Amino acid sequence: MKKRFGFALSLMLATGMLLSACGGQGGDNAGGKDTFSVAMVTDVGGIDDKSFNQSAWEGLQKFGKDNGMKKGRGGYDYLQSSSDADYATNLNKLVRSDFDVIYGIGYLMGDAVKEVAEQNPKKHFAIVDTVVDEPNVASITFKEHEGSFLVGVVAGLTTKTNKIGFIGGMEIPLIEKFESGFRAGVKAVNPNAKVEVQYAGAFDQADKGKAIASSMYASGIDVIYHAAGGTGNGVFSEAKDLKKKDPNREIWVIGVDKDQAPEGVVKVDGKTYNVTLTSMVKRVDVAVYDVAKRSKEGDFPGGKTLEYGLPENGVGIAPTQDNIKPEVLKAVDEWKQKIIKGEVKVPMTRKEYKQFEASLK
Amino acid sequence: MSVYEVLQVIIPSAIFFAAPLIFTALGGVFSERSGVVNIGLEGLMIIGAFVSIVFNLTFADTFGALTPWLALLAAMIVGTIFSLLHAVASISFRADQVVSGVAINFLALGLSLFLVKKMYGKGQTNQIQIGFDKIDVPILSDIPVIGPLFFSNTYVPSYLAIILAFVAWYVIYKTPFGLRLRAVGEHPMAADTMGINVTKMRYIAVMISGALGGIGGAVYATIISRDFSHATISGHGFMALAAMIFGKWHPIGAMGAALFFGLAQSLSIVGKTIPFLKNVPTVYLLIAPYVLTILALAGFIGRAEAPKASGIPYIKGKR
Repeated sequence: MKKRFGFALSLMLATGMLLSACGGQGGDNAGGKDTFSVAMVTDVGGIDDKSFNQSAWEGLQKFGKDNGMKKGRGGYDYLQSSSDADYATNLNKLVRSDFDVIYGIGYLMGDAVKEVAEQNPKKHFAIVDTVVDEPNVASITFKEHEGSFLVGVVAGLTTKTNKIGFIGGMEIPLIEKFESGFRAGVKAVNPNAKVEVQYAGAFDQADKGKAIASSMYASGIDVIYHAAGGTGNGVFSEAKDLKKKDPNREIWVIGVDKDQAPEGVVKVDGKTYNVTLTSMVKRVDVAVYDVAKRSKEGDFPGGKTLEYGLPENGVGIAPTQDNIKPEVLKAVDEWKQKIIKGEVKVPMTRKEYKQFEASLK
Repeated sequence: MSVYEVLQVIIPSAIFFAAPLIFTALGGVFSERSGVVNIGLEGLMIIGAFVSIVFNLTFADTFGALTPWLALLAAMIVGTIFSLLHAVASISFRADQVVSGVAINFLALGLSLFLVKKMYGKGQTNQIQIGFDKIDVPILSDIPVIGPLFFSNTYVPSYLAIILAFVAWYVIYKTPFGLRLRAVGEHPMAADTMGINVTKMRYIAVMISGALGGIGGAVYATIISRDFSHATISGHGFMALAAMIFGKWHPIGAMGAALFFGLAQSLSIVGKTIPFLKNVPTVYLLIAPYVLTILALAGFIGRAEAPKASGIPYIKGKR
């Protein structure tokens, strides 16, 4: 008797689940759609990681505001991923919610976007920071090497010890772009400066960042450029602590992805110092806005790889420039024009950097 | 850089890296010695980090230079309260202690990130303004060779951690309380027949581990990352757990193991500047700490025996 009852119950539950799953999909297709809507799926940082997820969201928000869209379905929205298992799930959810353009933010989402794009050939997708070769995916990449070149110019002209450091997160081609561009910028303005490069192996290990920075500053380096996300927090921490111990010592950190001037504030005996020399900003918001705008006007760049560099204001030095001397700013501007005009080709990989270095001699 | 200069970078680096691990590992020692397995050290560190950063950001203007210390205190208190969850589940309700610990990890991370979002509207907090300063210990840093190595450019909490390790050793091995603690962990039935309240001892032990775990997380957040986000405590609780086991559940051993981890990591970082290691590909240096741990465990430490009754809920009167 009990067994039969239990069996009947589980059969009912199973049928119920099956039916509700079918019903759900039908319901989503029923809603009419005549407004242009965009949505994004974030990486594990979330929309307020003070870095490029936040930047992308700001771009979408601006697009929404400029076009009178509301947040939510039919307007602009985002879904946050808490782990890489969520990527495909979130993308599929947005597909079913009928958004016109769906962004995947971050190179780690490349595979998920490719898979979902293949399954939904009629939908439009965009991916930031990597290339997905599908006719319905617009790949947004940035010329980080060009932006890094400019901050390299700043570093090369500001250093007093001629020793500069670069701390990378993981040793991947993306971060090599930062490294190569930076080293080229330093070499171009200051051939005597040496750049020491070290990778922490992770984007979320602030203690590794602090230890590497400690080692670098102890060896005489006075400017460190970090392309290491959360690991960079350790670099700022070390720089601020050293500054507090000896306010007269000139040490600098160059931030990345967004204006990291707030991270460099340190108070010593009532005086406020800032160890952030400048930052290499990546205008993900500009890129996201641009693709949304083009799609709305009917020109979705599917299958194309868009590269946002200096001319499009996709990368550049941070707006907070209190710590940069006027003549250095002038030099940055000159080099910026040279790169835009094509007179200088900024290396993207270590191999290209070696060729660049040879060409300077 | 000369060998001496290299050491000057490695050793302070190892010490500040090891400090949070030492605090947390000591907490783990207390808890496991009493028979309650505590996998939730990571969660306790997260809560400690969260509370200390929030306290620091909120009260920095009120307390000035004293803020980081009060933040440590606040983290300790909240850590203790949070660990009560684990205590109640494992001791009174006799749940599986590993599962309860894992639940603490999830809960801590989710709760703290949610609260950060609610309170600040962002995914991570701002950077704290007042942290612990780098100091040179007044007299000891002037000693010719050892001074600059061990007593310069370090933080006060790091020394507290080492002193606490010795205090813990004294408490566990030289006081009646410690004896009862160990008895409860090895043979709770025998301890019970002698009149020791097993439940009370275990509760106290878990609360101590909560307090120390909270301090560990707070020290990490205040000194190293200076803000709180989902990436602040990423695996350090488990490293502390490993340090505890590596140290054979002995406070001094746990301290030694944590320092060993710190040293291995610093070595891998500074390795690039040592001419001998310069050409080794980065990846080998990065995995070096873990490989060294395996080698040390396999070769030198011998059998690591947990307290006999660790992980088994105590039911009064059961045979």
